[in-house]
Amino acid sequence: MRLYEFEAKQVIAKFGVPLPKRTMARTAEEAEAAATSIGGSVVLKSQVLSGGRMKAGGVLFAETPAEAKAAATTILALTINGLEPTGVLVEERRKVVQEYYAAVTWDGRAKSPLIIFSDMGGIDIEEVAEQHPEHLSRTHFSNLRPFSDYIAKVAVSSVGVTGNELGALTRIVSALARAFLQYDMTLAEINPIARLEDGTIIALDSHMDMEEEARGSQRALLTELAISDDETRQARPPTPFEIAGGQVDASDPRGVAGRVVEFDGNLGLIIGAGGGSLTLFDAVRAAGGRAANYCEIGGNPSVGKAAALTKLVLSKPGVEKIAVMMSVVSNTRADMMARGVVLGCIEAGKDPAETIAIFRVPGSWEEEAVKILQKYHVEYVDRTVSLFEAARRAVAKLGGS
Amino acid sequence: MAMFIRVDIDEALQAETALHKRLVEVCPVDIFAVDGARLVTVEKNLDECTLCDLCIDASGDKVKVVKLYE
Repeated sequence: MRLYEFEAKQVIAKFGVPLPKRTMARTAEEAEAAATSIGGSVVLKSQVLSGGRMKAGGVLFAETPAEAKAAATTILALTINGLEPTGVLVEERRKVVQEYYAAVTWDGRAKSPLIIFSDMGGIDIEEVAEQHPEHLSRTHFSNLRPFSDYIAKVAVSSVGVTGNELGALTRIVSALARAFLQYDMTLAEINPIARLEDGTIIALDSHMDMEEEARGSQRALLTELAISDDETRQARPPTPFEIAGGQVDASDPRGVAGRVVEFDGNLGLIIGAGGGSLTLFDAVRAAGGRAANYCEIGGNPSVGKAAALTKLVLSKPGVEKIAVMMSVVSNTRADMMARGVVLGCIEAGKDPAETIAIFRVPGSWEEEAVKILQKYHVEYVDRTVSLFEAARRAVAKLGGS
Repeated sequence: MAMFIRVDIDEALQAETALHKRLVEVCPVDIFAVDGARLVTVEKNLDECTLCDLCIDASGDKVKVVKLYE
């Protein structure tokens, strides 16, 4: 769940990160009053859940309150990547001598949090990593043991920062890591951190993503930020297909069969299992396939729920076949999945043998699943066939590679 | 009409009313219901049968679970 910049700054401010004077404005008049209160030159930034604000004209400067009002009027009317701003953040404009980058995110491969720090902030960090790797440090730390400032110091000093800046930047990076851990973030980023002419170091922009599943446990923070339960904070509004997927999932408390994301391909996906959905989606793309949807299924959904998701995917215009694929599952019964997808096909008026391009759900009750699939002449594979090979075979049935 | 599972109730079990409630209780997916004095199956739940055999154990084999795909 993404936070707006002004919310992310509220979070890091709680940890003592120095920030410019700022006021969130919902109207041009409020922006004018904010500029008056702050005094001097200000920057006005669209509060929208999208990157590319500067290029889109969502960041403007003003020297007077009247200019700030005019700039806010422009920004509030500006849609960026299809998203309307929730307001304008008015901040004092500071002269920057040097910019730094700091982020804390989760490294799935290392299975631990990771601090990324660079003394080349303000630009695309991927570009820094590629073209100036000596200016970027990656420092893993434990999410089980208490966080130590020393870890932040290692991250900052690794790119050659010394002296007073090392101390100031260490405090900021340490605060960012603590915010990441305390509030179940998946990404906590400050870009840029700025060194000003007087040597002060402050955070100029911040981006945070909170783990969606943490909404319950982080209710106190969300209340403090005035984020209501019905704010989905997705990058775009859900499509009717995605809303229907959510309704399928909510229709029965047993297991998960939903979290649908719509794409424009011709291969419907019924996929899941412990991160398997993402891997399988990638596998379909790697095989040259065009997925019609992403979804997550697992945790032993009922037969009816699996069937309803199958029918939903098959109802999508352009879907020719579905691939039912999971990594090895112990918490989802293969036979119940087989019943669900076969039932879904039949209730959708389709022949399971023709419609299910491949069934790969190895794991518990697999032998029973095989009996069902054999009866309905559905092609299935076991765990000796990799996820990527299964995806390739499914794509091939649609005339792909 | 269920596609995968059929549950047959032995007619002799209909006289054992104490067992009716027990079968309703043990089934994790609500396949059994009491209709008047008779124990019946709930059609829409039959395909949700988890093959746990609790009904078979509780009824002393007076309930049969038939896999229609075998």
